[in-house]
Amino acid sequence: MDSSLAAALLAENNSSAASNGSPRVVGMTMQLWNQRRLPALLGLEEGETPARASGRCCSLDDVYDARRVATFLGLPYYVVNFEDRFEQDVVRPFVESYLAGETPIPCSQCNTEIKFAQFIETALKIGADAVATGHYARVRRDDESGRYRLLAGRDPSKDQSYFLCGLTQEQLARTLFPLGEFTKDEVRAMARERNLPVAEKPDSQEICFVPTGNYRRFIDAYLSEQGKRVESEGGEIVSTDGRVLGRHQGLENYTVGQRKGLGFATGTPLYVIGLDPARHQVVVGSNQELLKSRLRVRDVNWIRPVGEGESLAAHVKIRNKHLPAPARVEAGENAEAQVEFSSPQRAITPGQAAVFYDGEEVVGGGWISQVLD
Amino acid sequence: MRRIYLDNNATTPVAPEVFEAMKPYFLDDFGNASSIHWYGQRAKAALELSRERVARLLNARPSEIAFTSGGTESDNAALVGIVEASRSEKKHVITTTIEHSAVLHTAKALEKRGVRVTYVPVSASGIVDPSEVEKAIGADTVLISVMHSNNELGTIQPLDEIGRIARERDIYFHTDAVQSAGKVPVDVEKLGVDLLSLSAHKLHGPKGVGALYIRRGTVLRPLLYGGHHERDHRPGTENVPGIVGLGKAAEQAAEHGTNDAERVGALRDRLEEGILKSIPLTSVIGDRSRRVPGTTNISFEYIEGEGFVIAMDLRGIACSTGAACSSGSLEPSHVLTAIGRREQARTSIRFSLGRFNTSEDIDDTLEVLPRVVEQLRSLSPHYKKSAIAV
Repeated sequence: MDSSLAAALLAENNSSAASNGSPRVVGMTMQLWNQRRLPALLGLEEGETPARASGRCCSLDDVYDARRVATFLGLPYYVVNFEDRFEQDVVRPFVESYLAGETPIPCSQCNTEIKFAQFIETALKIGADAVATGHYARVRRDDESGRYRLLAGRDPSKDQSYFLCGLTQEQLARTLFPLGEFTKDEVRAMARERNLPVAEKPDSQEICFVPTGNYRRFIDAYLSEQGKRVESEGGEIVSTDGRVLGRHQGLENYTVGQRKGLGFATGTPLYVIGLDPARHQVVVGSNQELLKSRLRVRDVNWIRPVGEGESLAAHVKIRNKHLPAPARVEAGENAEAQVEFSSPQRAITPGQAAVFYDGEEVVGGGWISQVLD
Repeated sequence: MRRIYLDNNATTPVAPEVFEAMKPYFLDDFGNASSIHWYGQRAKAALELSRERVARLLNARPSEIAFTSGGTESDNAALVGIVEASRSEKKHVITTTIEHSAVLHTAKALEKRGVRVTYVPVSASGIVDPSEVEKAIGADTVLISVMHSNNELGTIQPLDEIGRIARERDIYFHTDAVQSAGKVPVDVEKLGVDLLSLSAHKLHGPKGVGALYIRRGTVLRPLLYGGHHERDHRPGTENVPGIVGLGKAAEQAAEHGTNDAERVGALRDRLEEGILKSIPLTSVIGDRSRRVPGTTNISFEYIEGEGFVIAMDLRGIACSTGAACSSGSLEPSHVLTAIGRREQARTSIRFSLGRFNTSEDIDDTLEVLPRVVEQLRSLSPHYKKSAIAV
């Protein structure tokens, strides 16, 4: 629905064709993953076709809906296939990250590697100047420096700038977010006003290539398709002081902060504090022990120019639903950074993105590599 | 924006005369061809006239033509029909690696039912070697199916030789002539085929109708069960307007087939030579001396076919990366893979011309093409690297 309205708004502002007769706005869907590829995940036999796998990217229904909107708006529409790149740059790292005891967010990876990389390249190749998406975020060009700034969407409840922290200056220069100034309610109202065929379509929630929302089953199915080990490697569940409390069925079944599903009962509630891939251990402890202040961030992308060794005050967001908290960020070498929160934060999770904000502006961000004591 | 259609192997526009011929059969002469009354008789007469016209195009008898819903159904009916009707305990089918999906996927389905299938390889230029077919023949071989011309390359296969082999060994011989019928002479006697598939919309007829030539005496088990239409080969009330369209299209093809072929062939050659001359790092895929007139498959190194087709479309020129049926799939073309050109599967573009293309179409295409190729190449990291290397 969001991308449809974005297309509608663009088309309204660019109703006339270019001087050579080419259309100014073109609809495009990225085919990223073949939902029929892992039929076992859908409870299907090899060769059977799902009747309906909706609400996610790349399902036939979504392509159908997008095509319907393009027809409605009178735009040419194409599906471009990035399945190879998506698997290589998003799916495989996603699985590897889980196996290494992290909790990855593939959407950020996809934005950086596919949507605003490969997709922009294709757009330029076919003669486009820029790519527009339905993200709730804003791009501003600073006239003095010529640099681009990334701002949170106007609607704080829908802001998606967290997932966009990896965008480079070159990518931002080619990017339009027509919905950045609007709230979700306004967007839905505008979609209804225009009778867009998808005005009532619910938002997609799950990770797009995990059709059931069950990422553990996805990882198993994917690994077995790749001819790799099907059974997860089990290991010990230990307390923070090193006592063995039980056994687990594989690190990918756990995420920091998780309480349920530990497989044994104790007097006090226990939480996953960390995952130790070297020892194959799940470390558990009290809620209090989940609170940490310092973390290391890798592969940092600075949208605002920040030099090595520089230290800045920022609000740092450590997961999508986290309220950015005041912290000090120190830019290290090799695109690393260290963050120290003013007060401890709960369940800082390796694999998630840490995004540094100055008010509504994204200064930079990267991936949480390590939580420090 | 002027639009130019260079994708006639995907489908062709219905010829105005064909459209005119079909019209009465929607409104006035709407009868069911099986009915006894006047309405039925009008429809039946039209049906039989079309049968004669299609038969004439193929040098067949009208009674040997069964109408179907198109090329895919004809291919299915031929392969499944022969295999199911065969009383042998063991059944073996020979086909090639470059067939259309309608044959290949039917063969795959037959394999699942226990039929042995041999996929004979083809040469690097996309031509089947008849001796390879002969070598594949076993005591249990019930059918040989080899396409007349390939949809992606346009290469024409040596059917007469294969037909002779099939006849000597007393094996049924089917050909998918969907891309040939109406474009080059297709004579069932000269080719020695027992079964032949064709489709109306590839020769300026309507979509959803085709025919299967079934040599007299050939025993087929039908795909569908129902009434006694089409001599029990194909039940279901006949698609009279569609069949009339096919008949008219076949008549037109028989009338000015040779003229069309010469004119279209000359346009294709001009397009091809223009591209090879003006754009570096291009080459033609497939045997240039044995092709249907309208088709050319050209590899543009360092371009990516998908983006090329979109960029061309936005400038009003329609072409394709290969078979329309495989659009959206990432699998490299099975045809290019089969001729050892897997690497070029992503950089190759099919242009297919037809009766309604003009000299101006080629001029305009040759003007737009170099700019599109340059635009795509300038953004290709691999091209930049190779340019630096050179």
